[in-house]
This record gives sequence, C-alpha cells and structure tokens, in this order.
Amino acid sequence: MRWWRRKQRDEELARELQCDLELEEEEQRERGVSAEEARFAAMRAFGNPTVIREQTRAVWTWNWLERLVRDLKYGARTLWRSPSFSIVSVLVMALGIGATTSLFTIVRAVLLRPLPFRDPGRLVMLYDHFRHDQRGDGFNTVAAGDYRDWRAQTHSFEDMAAMRGYGGIISGVQSELPEVVQSAAGTANLFPLLGVSPVLGRTFTDAEDQPEGQPVVLLTWSIFQRRFAGDPSIIGKQVHLDTKPTTVIGVLPSWFTYPDARIQFWLPYWQTFSPGDYGHADHQSTVVARLKQGVSAAAATREVSALQYQIHLANASKPVAEDVWWRPMIDDLAKNVRTPLLVLLGAVGCMLLIACLNLTNLLVARSATRRREVAVRGALGGSRIVLICEQMTESLLICLAGGALGLLLSLASTYWLAAHWRNLPRAESVHVDAWVLTFTLAIVAAAALLAGLVPAISSTGRGLLSGLRDSTRMVGASGARARLRKTMLTVEIALTVVLLISAGLLFKSFLHLRTTDLGCRIDHVITMKFGLPEIQYDTREKIVRFHEALLERLRRLPGVRGAALVSVPPGAGFSFDRVFSVLERPAPSYSLQYEAAIFTADPQYFSVMQIPLLRGRVFTEHERLSNDHYIVVSKTFVDQYLAGNDPVGKHVRVDWDTKPEVYEILGEVGDTVNDTTKPIRPTMYFPILSGIPDRTSEATIVAYTSADPLTMSMPIQRQISALEPELPVYNALTMDQILGKNSASQGFASNLVLAFAALSLLLAAVGLYGVLSYLTTQRTPDIGLRIAVGAQRSQLLRLVLVEGLRPAIVGLVFGVAASALATRLLRSMLYGTRPLDPTTFAAAASMLVAVAVLACLIPAWRASRIDPVQALRTE
Amino acid sequence: MEKRNGLLQGTLDMLILRTLLSGAAHGHEIGKHIQRTTNDFLQMQHGSLYPALHRLEKRGWVTAKWETAPDRNREFKYYRLTPRGRKQLLVEESQWKQMAEAVARVMWPAPEES
Repeated sequence: MRWWRRKQRDEELARELQCDLELEEEEQRERGVSAEEARFAAMRAFGNPTVIREQTRAVWTWNWLERLVRDLKYGARTLWRSPSFSIVSVLVMALGIGATTSLFTIVRAVLLRPLPFRDPGRLVMLYDHFRHDQRGDGFNTVAAGDYRDWRAQTHSFEDMAAMRGYGGIISGVQSELPEVVQSAAGTANLFPLLGVSPVLGRTFTDAEDQPEGQPVVLLTWSIFQRRFAGDPSIIGKQVHLDTKPTTVIGVLPSWFTYPDARIQFWLPYWQTFSPGDYGHADHQSTVVARLKQGVSAAAATREVSALQYQIHLANASKPVAEDVWWRPMIDDLAKNVRTPLLVLLGAVGCMLLIACLNLTNLLVARSATRRREVAVRGALGGSRIVLICEQMTESLLICLAGGALGLLLSLASTYWLAAHWRNLPRAESVHVDAWVLTFTLAIVAAAALLAGLVPAISSTGRGLLSGLRDSTRMVGASGARARLRKTMLTVEIALTVVLLISAGLLFKSFLHLRTTDLGCRIDHVITMKFGLPEIQYDTREKIVRFHEALLERLRRLPGVRGAALVSVPPGAGFSFDRVFSVLERPAPSYSLQYEAAIFTADPQYFSVMQIPLLRGRVFTEHERLSNDHYIVVSKTFVDQYLAGNDPVGKHVRVDWDTKPEVYEILGEVGDTVNDTTKPIRPTMYFPILSGIPDRTSEATIVAYTSADPLTMSMPIQRQISALEPELPVYNALTMDQILGKNSASQGFASNLVLAFAALSLLLAAVGLYGVLSYLTTQRTPDIGLRIAVGAQRSQLLRLVLVEGLRPAIVGLVFGVAASALATRLLRSMLYGTRPLDPTTFAAAASMLVAVAVLACLIPAWRASRIDPVQALRTE
Repeated sequence: MEKRNGLLQGTLDMLILRTLLSGAAHGHEIGKHIQRTTNDFLQMQHGSLYPALHRLEKRGWVTAKWETAPDRNREFKYYRLTPRGRKQLLVEESQWKQMAEAVARVMWPAPEES
C-alpha cells in the first residue's frame, strides 16, 4: 500500500467503525435501552476501537517497518537531546568501522581478489626445492636449465613460462638523460600464457626469444607514458638498451603491473642472458605454469618433482634441487604481506570490538536513565521484543552514522595506505567496491547488534519491576548491571592490553632494525651503484682501468676520507650464494654441503668500512688484478666450516657453472650483516675483478666522508660522469638510508599497529572514564552521606579509586595472558625481539595502569569534593 | 471471534464468505448474522472481524463500496463477494468437509468389519 493512500485508508476505516458502532447503538436503543446505556453497551460489544483499528491496519501495512521508522525517529530525538554523547559515540564507531573497512579493502584487493589474468585459478608458481634447505622458506627460484627440461618433458601443464629480473639502462639518445630502470625478461609464451595482450603492437615471437634473436623490447604502460609521452609511433622505432639498439615491438596494458609496478620494460628471456645461465645450478628465474584442465596442482607437481629428481641425480656434484614445490600464483604475490596484513586486520578487529564495548557501556549507562520509563511501559504490558527493538534503534543510528563517517575516513585512508605501503603487491587494484560496501554494512549491523542488544536486554530483563522501585531512590544502581558494565570494561581493557603489547613488540623490533649493528661503519658512508655497459666494457682490462681511475679520482676528492668498491653493501638485503667445498675439511655428505654468500671487494673495502681483520691479511692491490685465486673469509665462515680453526692457507673449491676453481684463504675478517631480518651468513670475499665468473661489471662505491655523506653524492657523481658521461648511477644511499629502507615495510606495519594501539588506549580511557564517572555519580548521595557523618575525603578518594581500578587490574591480567598467546602469531614479524619480551609487557601494562588511574582519579576527585548537603538533597 | 470458541484459523474467513453469498452486507450485519445463525455460539469480536474483512478485501475475494442502507438513511461500507471469492469459498468448503470427515473418523470410528 502506498504511503499517501494510507491516511485515506485510515480515515475510511475509522468511518466504517464509527458507522457500525452507531448502528449497534441504534439497535440497542431500538431494543428499548436508554440512550446513555445504549452507548456503553455498544462500546462493550465492540471493544476498543483503537485496538481494532490498529489490528486492522496491520493487515494493510508493513507494520514493523512503520514501527522501525517510529523508533528511529524516537532514537534520533533522544540522541539529539544529548549531543556530546552522540558525537563521541559516533566518532568512536567511525574510527572503528573506518579502520576495519580500510584494512578489509586492502586485504580484499591483495589477498582475496582474483588475479586479472585469464582463468587465474589454474596458474601456479613452481620453485626449486632443496630437501635439506634449512634457511629461507624452501621456495627457491628456478635454474633456467630446470625450467627448460620441465617444459619439454612434462605433460600436466598446458604451458610454462619463465621470467627473471633485469636491471637495464636506457641510454640517453639525443640529449636525453640515461636512465637505469628495473626491467624483466620473460619467455615468448609468458604473455599468451597469462592471457595478456599488448595494447599496441605485439609480444615476442619464438624466433626473437633466442640467444641470437633480433633485439626487441616490450614497454610497460608507465614508461610508455612517462618517457615516450604515450606516442604510438614508438612501435617499430629503436631505443638504446645497454647501448644496444633495440626495437620497440609493443606496449603492455596499463593494468599489467606484474610482478610489480616498478618493472619498466620486458626483454626476451633466452636472448637476455648468456649461455652460462642455462645450467641447473643458477637459480635465478621465476616459473609460472598453467595447469591442464582437470589436472590437480598436486598431481602435476608430482610429475615435475620426479623429473627434477632425475636431473638432480644426473648433476650430483652441483647445487641442483632434488624437488619442486609449488603454490598458487595469488599466494605467491601475497607472501610477504600476508602476515602483516592479517596482524593488522586483527588489530583493527580488536579496535572495533573496543569501540563496540565502549558504545555498549555508554548505552547501558544511558539506558539506566530511561529505566523508569521502560519499567512503566513493561508493567503496562509493552512487549519485551518491542522494547528491545526500540532500544536497539539508538545503537543502530549511532552505528549507521559512525559507519557513514567511517566509510569516508576509510576512503581517504585506504588510498593513503595503498600509496605509502611500499612492497604492497597489487596496490593498484585497491579500491572500494560493492564488496567493501557490503562488508561495511555488515559490520555496522553487527556492531549495532553487539552494542545495542546488551543494554536493551539488560534494561528490559528480569529486574524490570525493580526499576520502578529503584527509580525513586538513586542509591546503588542494580548490582547485576554494574557487574555487567564492569565485565565489559574488563574485556575492553584486556583487548587494549593485547593491542598495546603487540604494537610495542613491533615497534621495538623496528627500533632494533634501525639501530642494528651491521659489523661495520655506518656513519658518514655513502654508497652508490653503477653498472658498466657490457658492450663497451667487454674485457676485464677495460673494467679494471675504469675502476682504478675512478677510485683514484674519488680518493683525491676533498671530503672523501676513503673510497672502495664492493659488489653489495652491508645491510642491502641480498647476496649471491655459492656452494663450495673446503679441500682440507671435506663435507661429510652432499646434504651438508657448504654454502656461502659471495662478495667481491677491493682491498681497501675492509679498512674504509672498518671491518676488523681477525687473522691473516687481506689481498693487496696487486692480487686484485692478478687473478691469483686468493680470498678472505668471514668469522661465521670460519666458525661454521672450519670449526674456528685458523683458516689461513686453507683451500676452497668453488663450482662455478663453467669450471671449478680452487682459492687460497688469506685471512679472516669480522662479520657484517647482510640482511637485517636474517641470521648472519658465512661469507667469502673475492678480489673485485679477480675474474670470478660473475657479472662483475656491476659494483657499488662505498665512500667514507668527513661531511654529511649526502652532500658528497653530487661531487662523486660528477667524477663518474667525467670518466664515462653515459654511465648512470643509481641507489645513491647513505648506510642509514639502506638500513631505513630495509626496515621500511616492517616499520610501516608496526607504525600502523602502534597507531591502532594508541587509538584503542584512548578508547579504553574514554570507556574507563565514562563508566567510573557514571558509577561515581550514582553514588553521590551515598558519598554525601559518608561525608556528612564525617568520613575523610582521602578515604573516599581511595574507595572510588579502588572500585574503579579493580576491573582495570583484572582486565590487565587477562590481557597479559591473552597477549602471551597472541604475540606468537607475530613471531615472523619480529626482529631482535622475543614475543614474550618482558620490557614491552611491562611498558604496556604500566601505560595502561597510568591511563586507568587518570580515568579514575578525575571522578574520584570530583566525588571527594561533593557538598554533603547538596548530595543528600538529591535523595 | 474469540479463539476460546475453538474456531480454527481461516474458518472466520470462510464464514464471512458464506454470509456474503446471499448478498452484500456491511460489517455489522455480517457479525450479527453469524452470531444469530449460530444461536450466539460464536460471539463476534470486532477485533477479529474487521481485520478479517480487510484481509479478504486485500486478497481480492471481496470488494467494498460505500452505499446507503435501504432501511437507514446513512452510508455503510458494503462488502460484496467477487468471482474469485466465490471460488475460494468452494475451496474452503471442500477443505472444511474433508477435515470434518477426517476428524469424525477418528472420533467416532466405524465398527470394524471382521
């Protein structure tokens, strides 16, 4: 029935009833009853016309909807009457709902959304797996040779493609600046396999994906827009990549940011790397495979694992994986952020719960003031359900308003998060959609239910009639309800403690990361990476000449106290590993093979970086060039592989892909930390340019400066360009920055948790304060009486304080116990901090107690100032 | 109609439809008619009667129209059976019969033939 017709219908009904009533009356009169009696008789026979109308109306209208609207109006009116309460509650809910929504948006985009590829459910990533792998997660990048054999000899997959990262240089042509860009190499079948077609041009052909194929390049959307101004005529033109003229054959769509958004162009896989990379030991590639329809990933992996074991047996002396592991492509992309995201989701969930409990508490307090009204209506036969619904509307209104505001907040914060969270995969797909809106509505409903049901039930519950008795005397709120409030307060405090402790742990490990001891000089050091173009620098002599000239220039530069070269600076987070054997101390079995990180450095590196020489000596300038097979090893190397014995004069055999070589150990130096999130690795230092079969055209300058290292960045770059104008320098970072960069993603997550913890502490304080001041207000006459009969104010202060602090202490105990369990989940995110770190626990606990005391002290102080006469008068 | 009279759900609807079979009537007349016909066994409660009338109207089994009563000089809301209402009456009647027979068979079973 239409709303506008309802009124008409109602009037008609009234008229109908009136007519029939009059008729009844007339009939009674006709029977000879007096006029007045006739009316009463008619009414008696008829019953209550209002009730009849109401019942009849129910036939026509959505009665509950009408009631809801009425209740909402009523709720809105009551909220309007106490604006401060309403504003606080709405804000509290907005924060809780907003934070939860924003995290959900990110979780949905990163962990739950299907990948934008064709039939993404059948895409899996394959990895080499060493059965005795004790480090890492067991998912090792694949050797090109393994990939080649898998693709040729298995039948479970529709197709399989390989890719690997590549740092290329786009040379400046015609006064353009040279630029170092991240790029990737992919096999020709990669894009068809993923179901990605270029927006312009085409992808690689099989003929191009050969070592001797035509040099071609695919641009991603970002470089196409940025460097080539989106000009479609670029297709077919040539650009200089690593000084090599290369034809642009296509542009990838803007949404294609796989494997991450930094990749600027794609090269053909087999063309990009030297034949030396084709073996089974050089684990550098990522393999994506599409399962055949109806073939399970487990079955497919069994096939490829069996094949890999054969490959392993055929190459027993080399580091060839025995096994193959797999995971779905979507998990692969999310692997680094899954735990932080889930921890954050847990944190915001906690916060939402705290916000709900707060609202519940506030509503319980308010329902007390309406107790009399509810009791009267209950006594007059108001249905309990109706009364509960009516009370729920208030929480529903608050949650709806909070949800609306929270959604706005989350819109802003989500995009901020997506933009600032480095390493967040698929950040581009983060946006608010129908799912997110549904989720927000669902949490609004859940929050309204949670926050509304408890006060509604408690105020209409068993003690309904006692409300009538109570309402005349304010002394002592009903005990059950005070208990309820205290219980909720306890839960709230426990949750806050969990959040505080988790945040504290994350923050502490973040601080650890920033201040970690790398085992070398950190202050006044600037690092800078460059890679000589292999075309011009094709012989060792040319590279050596360049390095020599560069170091000489740098050491003469004012402000530079020392300069050296190293392959990878400490703390940079990555290294190249090699398997080797010690001739004087053979490994007992293949499974216990020796493995160490490989660094190349020039002799002065150790002194410039203050890495202590523990035994023997480091190589000399001469040995750097002469390729005499000398190396220096680290302390962990000696401890782990030589049982701490003197390493000097021992020999190490390294199995390069081409041929094995034997090196003599010259000395032992102190450990440096390579990856601050992992244990220290045993390390071998080779003289830079000693001719180890490594891509030695890349090197990092480390310069120890007397002034602020960043100010030396330009002078150093000028020296480089004076030697080689076309050579771009990248990653000009101080050691401090390297450390900061390393911990950036971790720091971000811990900062967020910290923010949530601070908010929850605030919320808990508000809750604690609200409950305590309410309880104290209720005890006003009681306190007044005590003062009147001569109680000391300090006694009263203590009374109120003790009463208030009890739930805080109980909550604290529960919270600490719960944290002991919860922080285990954080283990993988912690660095240098134990999950049960006592100082963090103590700090969080004392912070909470401080807030609780403050929240108790104010109402307690106010209570102690009560004027007894005034207090008794309220009686 | 009171529940304590043991009137089954929906029976009132059937009685109203049957009453209207003999011609249009207003609410008061319908109530009185049922009461009279059952020798006052079914006391008409207006709280059930009017909702029932409106329910039947909403379902399209009766139509309502304001008309002047022939014996009084006033308008009443007259309810009239529609063709659909007629059909419904047949349906309910047969259901009621089946039900009555079923109940009867349980209450007063026929002597077994053995």
